[in-house]
Amino acid sequence: MTSTLLTEVIDGDERRIVSPEGVPLTVRLADRGDRAAAFMIDLLALGVGFAAVAIFMLWLNAELELLSRHLFNALIGVMYFLLRSFYFTYFELRWRGSTPGKRLLGLRVIDNKGGPLLGRAVVARNMMREVEFFLPAGWLFSVDTSSPQAALFYLLVLVWLGILVLMPLFNRDRMRAGDLVAGTWVISVPKTQLLADLSPADATDSVYAFTTEQLSIYGVYELQVLEDILRKEASPAAAESEQKVCERIAEKIGWTPPAGHTVVHRRFLEAFYAAQRAHLEHRILFGHRRASKHDDEKREPA
Amino acid sequence: MSAAGLKSVEFRREREAGWRELEDIVQRAERRGLASLSAAELMRLPNLYRAAVSSLSVARVISLDQNVVRYLENLSARAYLSVYGARTRPGAFIWSFFAYRLPAAVRAARWPILIAALVFALGGVTGFALVAQDTEHYYAIMGVDESRNPSASTADLRETLFRDDERPRDRLARFASFLFSNNAGIGMLAFALGFALGLPAFLLLFYNGLRIGAFAALFDGRGLSVELWGWLLIHGSTELLAVCIAGGAGLVLGGAIAFPGRHTRLDTLRLRGPEAGLVALGAVFMFFVAALLEGFARELITDTVTRYIIASVMLAAWLTYFTFVGRGRTDD
Repeated sequence: MTSTLLTEVIDGDERRIVSPEGVPLTVRLADRGDRAAAFMIDLLALGVGFAAVAIFMLWLNAELELLSRHLFNALIGVMYFLLRSFYFTYFELRWRGSTPGKRLLGLRVIDNKGGPLLGRAVVARNMMREVEFFLPAGWLFSVDTSSPQAALFYLLVLVWLGILVLMPLFNRDRMRAGDLVAGTWVISVPKTQLLADLSPADATDSVYAFTTEQLSIYGVYELQVLEDILRKEASPAAAESEQKVCERIAEKIGWTPPAGHTVVHRRFLEAFYAAQRAHLEHRILFGHRRASKHDDEKREPA
Repeated sequence: MSAAGLKSVEFRREREAGWRELEDIVQRAERRGLASLSAAELMRLPNLYRAAVSSLSVARVISLDQNVVRYLENLSARAYLSVYGARTRPGAFIWSFFAYRLPAAVRAARWPILIAALVFALGGVTGFALVAQDTEHYYAIMGVDESRNPSASTADLRETLFRDDERPRDRLARFASFLFSNNAGIGMLAFALGFALGLPAFLLLFYNGLRIGAFAALFDGRGLSVELWGWLLIHGSTELLAVCIAGGAGLVLGGAIAFPGRHTRLDTLRLRGPEAGLVALGAVFMFFVAALLEGFARELITDTVTRYIIASVMLAAWLTYFTFVGRGRTDD
């Protein structure tokens, strides 16, 4: 399968796309609920926008008496069609893969092979929307309820809507029909902050010093768990967990404080993190990556 | 071993200013669009992006600081979207669509469009033959509500082709807008139904052909053929062509799913789907033109010869456009 060469599932909702420079980038598929919410917001914006323009035109027409009622209705009808057909396409072209609803929820449309998002892909994915939602939804309101087949018709339309609207629930990449046709994904782009480095120069301390043997026990996994602990906001609960982790590490690696010294848990963990990271990164430079404490380095030089 | 000498710390210290600068530019591009960036910043963006991407490659290998790797993943992805997001803007897209994309896409889809036309014609011939053989078939095809039916007198039928209403422009405008929304909806439907292997597109084409054929047979039986086709083709040369083109777009989509060829179905779909979408969008535009012709031109022009002239001119214009415009223009 050609698609697996370029894209692969990393973990649940994470996907890897290959940028034109050949560097794999990680993106996160948008949550299905977020997409539904974004669509609702867009529908609302569409409805409010349409109502506002229609009311304004109605007022204008009543004041100036430009158009007859029929001509006016015709104009409104065409406007509604154009608005719902091209609202999404217009914004996704103009806002680079985003609509007002998507923007509020931090969602973007991208090409699922990592290429640029082309205009025709935007057109195709939004033209499918007509069949996925607008046409069947419109039919629901145009049913002749006096007809004996009305119930059957409702049922068929609801099945149609159900299959197409719920489609993102039934595939791994959360694609709706329009995404399949256009080859697009909807991703979520939250902002990640760059935090201060936990290994500043002054983190080393003669009290909290470790031998190579003591640093050879844990691997990358444990180091990163420790990073998460250290990056937690200060709180009584955090201090308590720091103390526990501190005691467990000291016991595991056989470290004891110098005589008469009280261990400051935070200082110990910071120093251990710095030393452990330096040790592991140093080993990586020599081709040994110790993934976790269960990893037997000798058998598996990376 | 001191942390100060750590390669990853040194690495971060050297490059952090560049990352921060990129983050600032990307943030503004996200909020207010690329247009809000200065010329100098626009020049810097691709360079900073490439630097961030290369930082990411290095950080993945040498840095065990998760936050730095995650930050760079996020920054690179955001910068990538700013650099490679949607390439076209709405105005530029509309221009290129009419200048070369649409005719090129229609030419590429000529065989499916031809097949759609054949199915449509087959429906037409069948409908004509059925009604010509027995006028009772007319009701089975058109339903009983249609006012133009076999029980109407020839004079009444003729009247419907040259009707002159007291408030013609109002009725017709309403009519045109209904037809436009309705036909354009059916055009999009034909495209999107291609998703179901194109079978519904076949049915839709055949059924529409059947109705036109039945209609033609009814008028032909009263010796009104020449007048009928003038009435039908003044907008029909555009509209029927649009029907075939929309159906062809549906068949392209259905073909991609039914006969994926060397690639997987999904890959074939993403390859042909957007092209088919362009063709369908072209059909929607043609339906718009057809609705205007139907709503206004047909009711204002009641002379059969003039109707034929307009029909031929429109057909020639479309065929010339699709055959010759935008040849040799290829991009992405």
